[in-house]
Amino acid sequence: MKLTKTLMATTALSMTSVTAFADGHMASEMTIVSWGGAYSASQQAAYHDPYAEMTGVTIINDESSAEAVAKLRAMNEAGNVTWDVVDVVASDAIRLCDEGLALEIDADEQLAPGDDGSTASEDFGDLLVSDCFIPQIVYSTTAGYRTDLVGDTPPTSICAMFDLEAYPGMRSLERRPINNMEWALLCDGVAKEDVYDVLETDEGQAQAFAKLDTIKDNVVWWSAGADTPQLLADGEVVMGTTYNGRLFALIEEQKQPVAMLWDAQVFDLDGWIIPAGLSPEREARALDYVRFATDTQRLADQAKYISYGPARASSAPLVGQHATLGIDMAQHMPTDPENAKNTFLYNYEWWADYRDDLDAKFQAWLAQ
Amino acid sequence: MTVALTAAEVAAKKDNLWGFTIPITALFGAILGILAGQAAGLGILTGLVAGLVMGAVIAFVLCRFLPRRTGRWAAIIGFAVLGFIFGQLGGALAGAICGAVLGWCAYWLHSGDYRAGVPPYATTRQVLWHNSFLFICGFIFFFLIAPIIIIIPLSFNAQDFFTFTPEMLALKAEGFSTKHYEDFFTNQDWLRPMRNSLIIAPFATVISVTLGTLAAIGLSQSHVPFRQTIMAILISPMIVPLIISATGMFFFYSKMGLWMEDTLGISKSLSGYIKVILAHAALGIPFVIITVTATLVGFDKSLTRAAANMGANPVTTFFKVQMPLILPGVISGGLFAFITSFDEVVVVLFVGAAAQKTLPWQMFTGLREQISPTILAVATILVIVSILLLTTVELLRRRSERLRGMSPG
Repeated sequence: MKLTKTLMATTALSMTSVTAFADGHMASEMTIVSWGGAYSASQQAAYHDPYAEMTGVTIINDESSAEAVAKLRAMNEAGNVTWDVVDVVASDAIRLCDEGLALEIDADEQLAPGDDGSTASEDFGDLLVSDCFIPQIVYSTTAGYRTDLVGDTPPTSICAMFDLEAYPGMRSLERRPINNMEWALLCDGVAKEDVYDVLETDEGQAQAFAKLDTIKDNVVWWSAGADTPQLLADGEVVMGTTYNGRLFALIEEQKQPVAMLWDAQVFDLDGWIIPAGLSPEREARALDYVRFATDTQRLADQAKYISYGPARASSAPLVGQHATLGIDMAQHMPTDPENAKNTFLYNYEWWADYRDDLDAKFQAWLAQ
Repeated sequence: MTVALTAAEVAAKKDNLWGFTIPITALFGAILGILAGQAAGLGILTGLVAGLVMGAVIAFVLCRFLPRRTGRWAAIIGFAVLGFIFGQLGGALAGAICGAVLGWCAYWLHSGDYRAGVPPYATTRQVLWHNSFLFICGFIFFFLIAPIIIIIPLSFNAQDFFTFTPEMLALKAEGFSTKHYEDFFTNQDWLRPMRNSLIIAPFATVISVTLGTLAAIGLSQSHVPFRQTIMAILISPMIVPLIISATGMFFFYSKMGLWMEDTLGISKSLSGYIKVILAHAALGIPFVIITVTATLVGFDKSLTRAAANMGANPVTTFFKVQMPLILPGVISGGLFAFITSFDEVVVVLFVGAAAQKTLPWQMFTGLREQISPTILAVATILVIVSILLLTTVELLRRRSERLRGMSPG
């Protein structure tokens, strides 16, 4: 009798312990790959710290997102994928998904529903650009200028970038064709909706390069997001493009004499993918993390630390003030109506088809 | 003889100030003027002309009217005051340096001291070459050292950019801060890589030195077959481009890591360290082999035979006779191996996982993602550590040589 009781008690105990440690089948350590700098810091505060506290998992940060595609390919070939969750831009996610290197996600099944009762797929809407991509933020590539170097008439249009007479001096542009080609055409009189049609033709490409030729001698080409803030702070360039969060930090945190030029800002998406080929425990852990980190509240929380817009519609009303500066963040979001008066939509499919070709042409043009 | 010659020359030059001292001093002034004009934002041409005129005036005034010591101080103070008017404390410092250079230059030319280093019978061309040679040496030294020196003041920047702010140039206290050093010593993002580097580099060094020394001794034996081939293979990590070795190592160590984790049951973190340490050891071995082989050339083989003759076994012979004599080579090889591992970024990027992130890796990502002067603070600390390390090794080496009576003094 006594023995039976003990046995039953033990069984009951072990049963409860199984339910209590429901994530016993998940890995206790995970490597999260992101971009580093202020962006990683915002993820640390908004996602990693609360998740680690909740589950006791150890999170290791790797700042290799810039070479994520190449490294994931190599890891897959070597049969040793060491990453659990990877932060990539949407175009990289599409490539990884096409190559079968990323796990396909069923948004409604595997992601949290919105706080306002909408399903995940409704909440993310058009931003679910790939089956493997879990959107996190909307950022934009936009321009900033030195308020003390532009005279009495600060620029209001992206075409100031091409206007050497009104705004003499150096400018910094990204060392790749994306965005620069579109802006060149826009400022050469091409209508916004025709840009990609024009860019498809050889004449259109020649037109864009000819426009870029007019400022080529006055351009510093950047490849890292930190370059333009450094150049603006130095006064080496009058204006330059970079990610809007970098300009926010430069203006509001570093108090440099710089202002935003939101005109024709190009939206882009950044989000998570989970590499294909993880062990079941690690995959379960990664899915659990991603479900947590992309819920309505968590996405809104990230906006406390960096001026990137949350990817869920339901997060927008929850965006509050900056964690240390105490300023309202809504007006610094690229998606704020005041900033988004004139935006340019980056065409993923078009660039997926033309990227290799235009990259080569752009590099050849640079070397001329 | 020398005195008579130079005295005659000095007498001739006193009359001919315009033909020699003034033009050359003016040339130096122009070079400094270009630099100063650039720094002050006046433009190259303005700086050049101003420097030219000032150099000429300095040469004329100093050589005609003032004795050497007084004249040089007058030049320093005069330029410092001029600099202070334009650029406050920082300008004064720059001015004082310009004054010192120009003052020295004027007297050096005028007094004939530039002939001091050559014999009195040297022709004009020989004198010219001698001095040009010294200047070229000076410039090479300058270009080697200037990029390292420049980061030191920048690391005390009060701003978060790689920029000499106006406050810094004026040497005002608010332009400087030690916050980037504080960041380094309090931020886990920097402390963890530092700890990793300090774990990986010593282990890699010990392995490189052990294997490299043994290889060098073995390869110095005349009866070893295929010596050249083996040597070439062992040295190859130094010759093959690093990125190629790194790619190969990535695939090799990925498989090996899986094997260590699955078959041997080693934890993921430990196997990660083992992978990086082995990869770095492979990179360090060539340096040890080369330095030890070089010292073995001067090693007298009859000593080992003498030791054997007295009944010592090969191991005792190695540790008691050979090792002390080739120790300088072993130490400098070890130092190279240590620095290779400590500075290495390509291989660790491929082979290591995020848990093994080393200091150069963190600096690399930091430079790409966030241009933060903390990197400069780290660089400054590393420069100082390297200097201390090299100085210590050199002092120890001299001490041991002195103790063994190999060098006088």
